[in-house]
Parts: sequence; structure tokens; C-alpha cells
Amino acid sequence: MKLSEIKDLLRCKVLTGEEDLSIDIQDVVASDGMSEILAFAKSKELMITGLTNIQSIRTADIAGVSAVIYCRGRQPDKRVIDFARQKKIPVLVTDMVMFDICGLLYNKGLRGVS
Amino acid sequence: MSAELLRETFEIQGRNFDKAGEISSEIKVILKDLDIDAACIRRVVIVAFEAEMNVVMYADRGTLTLVLTEEDIRLEVHDEGPGIPDIELAMKEGYSTASDEMREMGFGFGMGLPNIKKTRMTFAWNQRWVRGLRFSLGSD
Repeated sequence: MKLSEIKDLLRCKVLTGEEDLSIDIQDVVASDGMSEILAFAKSKELMITGLTNIQSIRTADIAGVSAVIYCRGRQPDKRVIDFARQKKIPVLVTDMVMFDICGLLYNKGLRGVS
Repeated sequence: MSAELLRETFEIQGRNFDKAGEISSEIKVILKDLDIDAACIRRVVIVAFEAEMNVVMYADRGTLTLVLTEEDIRLEVHDEGPGIPDIELAMKEGYSTASDEMREMGFGFGMGLPNIKKTRMTFAWNQRWVRGLRFSLGSD
């Protein structure tokens, strides 16, 4: 599924990486715990989290995920967005809660990694 | 033991959550520049990041040393902290002594040390480059 389709499905706002919305996403890691992301991500996943501090982008970079979606309408500060831009990681935000996001993406055929 | 091709030591500042992870990012850049396999780099930096976070969360200061030889990549971590009284318990997934501040940073859910073990072992079995990856915890 293209990131642009995910953006529409979850009614996301793009905070950075507008030019990278054509990337294809098949797997998802979703957690507010960064160690959980690090433990399960195998690279190129979509990362969904409610944690909006600098460590979320640091984790995304280290784990090698393709894009980050912040749930529950949580807005990161500018420094976090700038850091994501520097690391070339697209960042989106949606008002939806994590449970709904995961349900919608699962219905579209995306799967979690374990 | 094969000759060392590179040895670089980084200072970790304890309790500085803002800078936490910078060293692991730097290690990622170093390994990328050496054209090392991407999957291998990922595993090394995951171990480095978890170890770095551990030092930031619990110790006053520490060091992380990256050692590269013709056969392996090693990470040596030393810190000046309280130590771990019960290693067996600390290695249990879900066990944590983390503070609320640490959890707010997205860490401290009792997965760090098990992650290091898991990542290191998988690596040791599958990847030539990390066959000898070492991880040591302790106080100088």
C-alpha cells in the first residue's frame, strides 16, 4: 500500500516528506515503547506511535523504518520535525487512536511484524 | 584474534536524554561509510542504541567503544553507575527499574537488555560481520 493511500485512509497531515509519499508499505510496527519498535522492526516498516519526542525519530532511524505516523493528534515540536527531515524520514500525524489505525490498516492487508 | 582495523571510543553523558542516541547514529554513519551490509549495520546500531540509552538512563557517565576487525564488530560499553544487582532478573523481558521520566522517553519497559541479547545472538548466528559482537556491562 502506498504511503499516500495510507495518508488518505487515516486522514493524515504530512509534517515532512511530502515528496516520499509514493513509497510502498507492507508491514507495520506500532507502539509507544521504543524498545518494542527496535525489537520487532526488520526495516522498511511503517512505524505508528504516540511518542512525539526526539527519541521517536532516533528510534525510527536506528530501526530503519520507512515512515512515522503519530497517532492521537499528537504534534511533535519543530526540532523533531527538522530532525526527521534531516534523516529523510516522512512524518505524518492523524487524530485517530492507535487501535483504529491498526484496524484500518489490517483490513487493507497490512500486517504487524513479530 | 584478528588485527583491529578501527577502534573508536565515544563518551556518553548520563541523564542527558536530549543527546541520547547521537553516538549510535554516529556509529551508523561510520559503518555505512565502510560499505558494511545494511542488515548488519541495523543490528549493530540497535545494540548500540539500547546500550547507550541504558547508560544515559542509569549511569553518571560511560563510554561506548566500537571495535572493527577483519572478522567481527564489537561494542564495548563501560559505565560509572549503580551496577545491576541481579543480572538474571534484569535480563527478564518486562522487568524494569525505570523512572517515569525514562518511560516518557519511550524506554524503560524492560526490553533493553533482552533486546541486546536477542539481537546479538541472532547476529552471531547469521552474520559474518557480527560473529564476535561483544557486550559488557559493568562499572570501570
